[in-house]
Amino acid sequence: MTALVQPLLEVRGLRVEFPTARGPARAVDGVSFTLDRGMRLGLVGESGSGKSTTVLALMQLIKAPGRIAGGEARLAGDDLLAMNTAQMRQARFSRIALVPQGAMNSLNPVLTVRAQIDDLLDAHGQKPDPAQRMRHVAGLLQRVGLPETVADQYPHQLSGGMKQRVCIAIAIALSPQVILADEPTSALDVIVQKQVMQTLIHAQKDIGAAIVLVGHDMGLMAQFAHVVGVMYAGRLVEIAPVREIFANPRHPYTRMLISSLPSFATRKVFRGIPGVAPSIVNPPSGCAFHPRCPRAEERCSHEVPADDMLSDAHRVRCHFARVAGPVHAATTLAGTAP
Amino acid sequence: MTAALLEVCAVSVAFGAPRSKAPKLALRGVSLALPDTPSITAIVGESGSGKTTLTRLLLGLLQPTAGTVLYQGNRLGQLNGAAFAAYRREVQAIFQDPYSVYNPFYKVDRSLLLPLQRFGLVASRDAAYERIRQCLEAVGLRPGDTLGRYPHQLSGGQRQRIMIARALSLRPRVIVADEPVSMVDASLRATILESLYRLKTEQQVSLVYVTHDLTTAYQIADRIVVMFNGEIVEEGDPENVIHAPQHAYTRALVAAVPPPDPTVSWGLDTTEFAA
Repeated sequence: MTALVQPLLEVRGLRVEFPTARGPARAVDGVSFTLDRGMRLGLVGESGSGKSTTVLALMQLIKAPGRIAGGEARLAGDDLLAMNTAQMRQARFSRIALVPQGAMNSLNPVLTVRAQIDDLLDAHGQKPDPAQRMRHVAGLLQRVGLPETVADQYPHQLSGGMKQRVCIAIAIALSPQVILADEPTSALDVIVQKQVMQTLIHAQKDIGAAIVLVGHDMGLMAQFAHVVGVMYAGRLVEIAPVREIFANPRHPYTRMLISSLPSFATRKVFRGIPGVAPSIVNPPSGCAFHPRCPRAEERCSHEVPADDMLSDAHRVRCHFARVAGPVHAATTLAGTAP
Repeated sequence: MTAALLEVCAVSVAFGAPRSKAPKLALRGVSLALPDTPSITAIVGESGSGKTTLTRLLLGLLQPTAGTVLYQGNRLGQLNGAAFAAYRREVQAIFQDPYSVYNPFYKVDRSLLLPLQRFGLVASRDAAYERIRQCLEAVGLRPGDTLGRYPHQLSGGQRQRIMIARALSLRPRVIVADEPVSMVDASLRATILESLYRLKTEQQVSLVYVTHDLTTAYQIADRIVVMFNGEIVEEGDPENVIHAPQHAYTRALVAAVPPPDPTVSWGLDTTEFAA
């Protein structure tokens, strides 16, 4: 958080495009953030907001015809986006690792857990000595709270939560500096979700990595993240430390995300977010959120809001970020946008 | 005393080979009755607790190994043709995955028209479309934005609401919804839950809402039933179940919900990050 220390990961102006018959779909449109050592960043947004695409781009895992159209991502000084294939292969999992979305289905069903961890260690030429490797695999499984016997089991013999922990074990096998976790618990029930999040935090602290957690559950972010970034239509519309963003959300979309959260405090009160997610091929003009925004005025429909730095750590893309307003955005449609 | 609308009495369901010495019991002597008046019953529990097996019994998709399933006091297996057709129409299902329930080759209109025609509820195509429009509006969709489209042109939230409209169009008495919002974005959940809640208040339809998410159960239910390992371990008024849980498993479920406020501890072991 101090300006003197160089951030661990610095993403600047990241853009990812997918060509379509109707023109390029800008899945990620100028995303910038920094990640310090040991920090947990949460990226939230609805389906199609570009949060998963952002983390996949950091590992150059965007499938053709999609492409990284611009920006840089410096990990301890080295630009991940400028690496060639061989350099990127070397960096993957040794410097920046991924716990994939639907980790349930990302393990190879015909290989044992040990074979899949060996595969990674072989590819990076690590722990060639068999005895040393056995110890390393046992140690990894122990770190994620699994018995050593899991090493010789196949994925179908494991529960969803256990498979997710195997994916975490693989992600930390080479002690990367950054772990990207793409909705690691969205397919798990609540009790297992809490166990897996705890496992992820322990593993992170063991190896001293930073984490980017992608998800759509603002409640989980409240508990997990140090800093929360909110994405909408490919842009990061607000980013701030977790307590700041919950206490003082400045973007109307962030306010609505927070106030739509169900809790044990009220019953039979439903605060949904009206409208539908925007098209990223032909997004609304001006601020992409204006058709759904209770605060929108005329200028919102033609003027793209710039990043407004409310403080060193709190950044918002809204024309009215500095205007005092009710937290629950109870304003009526003033000057309805066309 | 009036008969319950839909009821399971001491049902058990065993999976495994017929003469297996150790069959897997998905349900162990479960009894549950839905009142005859419109109500929302939430069934909560973790994966493998028997929630989905119970809904399949209620929907008549599975026979119990022991015990009975009653609709308006009559055993499902003994309903005659007309009575069974009425049961099929009056007890409707909404499933978890709003992506896989549609045939991608047909417009969504077909999913809405077919059941109306099959149950003979409409005299003409125009009458069917009239009914469909009413139901789409009842769940907060604009018919003009929905009809004539293919499933891939609609969002997950829209598709799930179309499924609610489809169920509603048959004038059901009970809708059994198995995890209807777990695959929908958090930002859309509130909207879908509101649609389901309004079915009870505005259309007098009872709801069986199956979920592993206690917060949404607390939001909409009149009664919460907690399942664990094939048994009902606790049931009651949502205020009591959530704020004064009696069973250890219910307490664990309540504790597993992340408080949506960073100043309230969830009990995760985190040492504060200091850079």
